[in-house]
Amino acid sequence: MQKIVWALVVLLLILHQDLWFWEDDTLVFGFMPIGLFYHACISVAASVTWFLATRHCWPAGLEANAEAASGEGSP
Amino acid sequence: MTLSPLLAEAPLLLAEGLKPGQTQLVIISGYLGLLLLLGLFASRFFSGSKSDYQLASHSIGPLLLLMSLFGTTMTAFALVGSSGEAFKEGIGVYGMLASSSGIIHSLCFFLIGVKVWALARRHGYTTQVQFFRDRLESDKIGLLLFPILVGLVIPYLLIGVMASGTVIQNMTAGAFPDLFPTPEKPPTNGGVPPWIGSLVVCLVVLSYVFFGGMRGTAWANALQTTVFMILGVVTFVVIANKLGGEESLFANLEKLGGALDDSKATRVEMSRTKFFTYMLIPLSVGMFPHLFQHWLTAKSAGAFKLPVVAHPLFIMIVWVPCVLVGVWATTDLASIPPPVAGNPNSVLPFMVKKLTSPELGGFLAAGILAAIMSSLDSQFLCLGTMFSTDVVNHYRKQPLSDRGQVLATRGFIIAIVAVTYALSLSNNRSVFALAVWCFSGFSSLFPMVFAAVYWRGLTKAGAYASVIAAAGTWVYLFAQSDWGQNRTYALELPLGGSAYEIMPVAAMFAASTAALVVVSLVTTKPSDATLGKFFAAKN
Repeated sequence: MQKIVWALVVLLLILHQDLWFWEDDTLVFGFMPIGLFYHACISVAASVTWFLATRHCWPAGLEANAEAASGEGSP
Repeated sequence: MTLSPLLAEAPLLLAEGLKPGQTQLVIISGYLGLLLLLGLFASRFFSGSKSDYQLASHSIGPLLLLMSLFGTTMTAFALVGSSGEAFKEGIGVYGMLASSSGIIHSLCFFLIGVKVWALARRHGYTTQVQFFRDRLESDKIGLLLFPILVGLVIPYLLIGVMASGTVIQNMTAGAFPDLFPTPEKPPTNGGVPPWIGSLVVCLVVLSYVFFGGMRGTAWANALQTTVFMILGVVTFVVIANKLGGEESLFANLEKLGGALDDSKATRVEMSRTKFFTYMLIPLSVGMFPHLFQHWLTAKSAGAFKLPVVAHPLFIMIVWVPCVLVGVWATTDLASIPPPVAGNPNSVLPFMVKKLTSPELGGFLAAGILAAIMSSLDSQFLCLGTMFSTDVVNHYRKQPLSDRGQVLATRGFIIAIVAVTYALSLSNNRSVFALAVWCFSGFSSLFPMVFAAVYWRGLTKAGAYASVIAAAGTWVYLFAQSDWGQNRTYALELPLGGSAYEIMPVAAMFAASTAALVVVSLVTTKPSDATLGKFFAAKN
């Protein structure tokens, strides 16, 4: 699953370069330029992807290590 | 939608009998007073320790962390600049600046923020310089990094301080025509002069940062983020209804959408390669020192999950309405006069003044100031913390006591506010041109922080080479752009017989990455003891 989530992040970065809507003047719902609507969808997709990342790619043991070793000393 | 008629038509009791501009002044004053009270209230929870003052004793939970990080990364540009840029460039600015940030900012929080939080908790870091000194086994890296980081934050601070004065003057125009006449600039006649507006904003931010420390800053950021998000949406609805003039919001949206010119509803006039290389700019959040400090306030690593997920949505909620208002302003329905069109950043304030009530104008001014102050406070606190930690305490033979460090931090915060305010009086508007250059500078330092966290092979010499390459290319390209005066400066990349425009940050980023990798590969690796502190043992 981790690999799929990171693949989704890469896919988002690729989909962000939407050359296909560059000169398209279609209005979605009759008022929203498709170039803007598409990128608003990218924002939503980013949120969903990061949700999956927090569920499946969250580094394990981070908290325990930090807490256990906190106070070892400061520089 | 029933919200807009309520806001537009129901006058506030306090506004009755006030001159134009005075209603806005009363609302702005009330808002600033509220922030002062919040700062004083936060100070009641102050334990007196350095950790509590600088990092709120690592007590910040998910919601407050989300609001702090979002409020800090969104400046006045999020409201005023987004609509202004959309007015100038069209809807493409959303993809260039907003959706890219939604991906990259969360990526930085996830990959850098969480990891740095854990390392800082384990080893007791408060600042970036402490982290790099330890990771790179180099005391001197602090001497190289400190002036660069401070030098990149100060113009960013100046932009906020100067913008706050300008916003207050514009929004209170007409309040005191006899006291503050500006016959040379009729639209601001009678408005509170920028030197007073900036001074008051500096004093308010100073007060709640001074007394409330990081806790006051985080609470104020949460309030300010809520304020500017709600006001952005309310303003959008009111402007849509007034501009459209139809009965329902949807009918107004359709009418406004239909009036758009192709040049604003598409990206026909935008360079594709510039758009592509703009993706590197949001990487700057990985190296913002004030954001680094906010990361360390988190109660737990799990507190990062909500900001990572919600940040792209928050950006969308603020930016989509502002971009639409900006492109609507280009239509015949808005009829923006040439003096306003000549200064795109004044498009939103102009439309609010022209199309909404003084009350909403006052609240929007408070919202813009909220966006500005939610960045200023973190930057003031961060610079105070860096001076007291990385310079004073680091070079003293006997480390300061906790109380001494809090005093030093507060002293430096006062000094930084005073210096920033004094610099803002020079009225050098060219500082606004520095914004994208500041971000580019931070972005070009990103390879170092990424390698410090994820690459065992990063060496001290590699890090020095990366910083020097980033600084060198930054200075060279900045000079090439007439020190930022050429606002559309771009590099040309010749490829296959064509020339492609790319953002200067692409060259800086490539130079710093190449220097980091090449020099690290041929120089002495860090000691096993240091690698053991920062990386899990190899199986």
